[in-house]
Amino acid sequence: MLSPNFGSYAVAPSATAQARTKRRWQRLKMGVPAGELVFDGFTAATALITLSLVVAIVVVLAISAWPALVRFRAGFLVGTEWDPVNEQFGALPFIYGTAVSSLLALLVAAPFGIGVALCLSELAPDWLSNILGFLVELLAAIPSVVYGLWGIFVLGPFLRDAVEPALARYLGFLPLFQGPRVGVSMLSAGAILAVMVVPFISAVCRDVFAAVPDNLREAAFALGATRWEMVRLAVLPYSLSGIVGAIILGLGRALGETIAVAMVIGNRSVISASLFMPSTTLASAIANEFTEATSDIYVAALIELGLVLILVSLLINVTARLMIYKLTAQRFTR
Amino acid sequence: MAKIRLVRMSAYFGRTRALREINLDIPEFNVTAVIGPSGCGKSTLVRCINRMHETVKDARVEGDVLLDGENIYGPGVDPVQIRRRVGMVFQKPAPFPTMSIQDNVAVGLNLNGLALNRGERAEIVERSLRRAALWNEVKDDLGKPGTSLSGGQQQRLCIARALAVEPEVLLMDEPCSALDPISTAHIEELVLELKSQYTIVIVTHNMQQAARVSDFTAFLLGGVLIEFGDTKQIFTNPERQETEDYITGRFG
Repeated sequence: MLSPNFGSYAVAPSATAQARTKRRWQRLKMGVPAGELVFDGFTAATALITLSLVVAIVVVLAISAWPALVRFRAGFLVGTEWDPVNEQFGALPFIYGTAVSSLLALLVAAPFGIGVALCLSELAPDWLSNILGFLVELLAAIPSVVYGLWGIFVLGPFLRDAVEPALARYLGFLPLFQGPRVGVSMLSAGAILAVMVVPFISAVCRDVFAAVPDNLREAAFALGATRWEMVRLAVLPYSLSGIVGAIILGLGRALGETIAVAMVIGNRSVISASLFMPSTTLASAIANEFTEATSDIYVAALIELGLVLILVSLLINVTARLMIYKLTAQRFTR
Repeated sequence: MAKIRLVRMSAYFGRTRALREINLDIPEFNVTAVIGPSGCGKSTLVRCINRMHETVKDARVEGDVLLDGENIYGPGVDPVQIRRRVGMVFQKPAPFPTMSIQDNVAVGLNLNGLALNRGERAEIVERSLRRAALWNEVKDDLGKPGTSLSGGQQQRLCIARALAVEPEVLLMDEPCSALDPISTAHIEELVLELKSQYTIVIVTHNMQQAARVSDFTAFLLGGVLIEFGDTKQIFTNPERQETEDYITGRFG
């Protein structure tokens, strides 16, 4: 009774598959329909153009920076003197400022962003989570020049008058928290960047947490886990690579942020151990000095700053990808 | 004697009532099967016994569930404490993917805040894996990820994980529905062995399984408890027409 039925069922799909192959073959012989060609061509073209754009930007930057590249060579990356009048260009203060301000931002924004995302995805009821999520993501929609203004008039003075004295008082033995307090500083830049980066980290983390299978959450609860223990057991380990990805995305944003940083960092190309001192970054230097660059070598040096910025970003992205790949390969071996 | 007693217990998802005024006594050191067609509230019923039901959005419970005579829905009762006494195994095995086999077993111990040295920990891991009839298959691979095991092994790993914290009751929500016949037989044998030490409630849509492993059977239909009794009696001589129709395969 059962077997003939079973048999015909087993044959049926392969018969239709054969028919399908045959139809496809016939269609090929008749020629590919125009729609297919247009679709293939269009998607391939957009992909190629985007890719070549990246390459083209790097190449053009390299060509424009060529005079500076051959004149200063490695000295450009390690030199600390930035003196356009005497045509001395060392980019280390800019690289240093970019790295430190971005790291500072991540140090604050990563725990905040993850915390916000955890609250939205694991704690808050749906309606509240939607409203809060919208508000947090609204932070990303504020133009960066507005952030800069807010940094100058609100955040800078607040840091100078409230945060920095406290830091100097309790942690003043560290060189990080010594020196005069003027309001424009590395700390201001780090703080403003942190605010700007939080929505990026929290938005990505929220998606990452949403991808955690519910049966892991249930398994943790059923073992008698509290909410925090459930997060620690089920949510965080599963999302680790995604969280790293979110932080890297935030880092990319912090590295390239220009105008808000230029408005609050003080733009002084000196490496100082103190976070209270003004500093500068690659991006803010380019924006600030481009109009003043009168000599060809000055322009070339500024463009080389841009080249360095692109390469640093690229390097960080590649490292992050490798890190995520390694983490996932290690922890999810089959 | 009744280990668990459900007294006029109703369960809701938002405005929908999934279970209606269930009265049920679950005897200690026995296997009680919960059977019924899809959507009749079998899973919801067991999830009310360890307060997992309320972890779903808008879900709530009315009435009383007494565990050793104490109402687990009483004021001031911590659901976390209840879940440590009433273990649960789910339909789909869910070992924590980033943890090794031994860490998966020991994970509940850390939650209980027990300060265990390595020897005690290893001992509990071994004992739990032995009870779950998995020790011989994994004893040389305790450091491997839990997800490297087969489906049936993963389910036994989850049983070991639940047993490691020494619960009094073990709830099993269709523990074999994702498994092949051989793994299913393993789990069924295990259930029969475990009932000397634990009170077991097993949800199943497989009536043969209920007949094979359980001492008592509860038949649910549309959120109502139709009949509860000795398994043999339910399957050979049910009192209610609906029960007979279901077990003879007339619907469901």
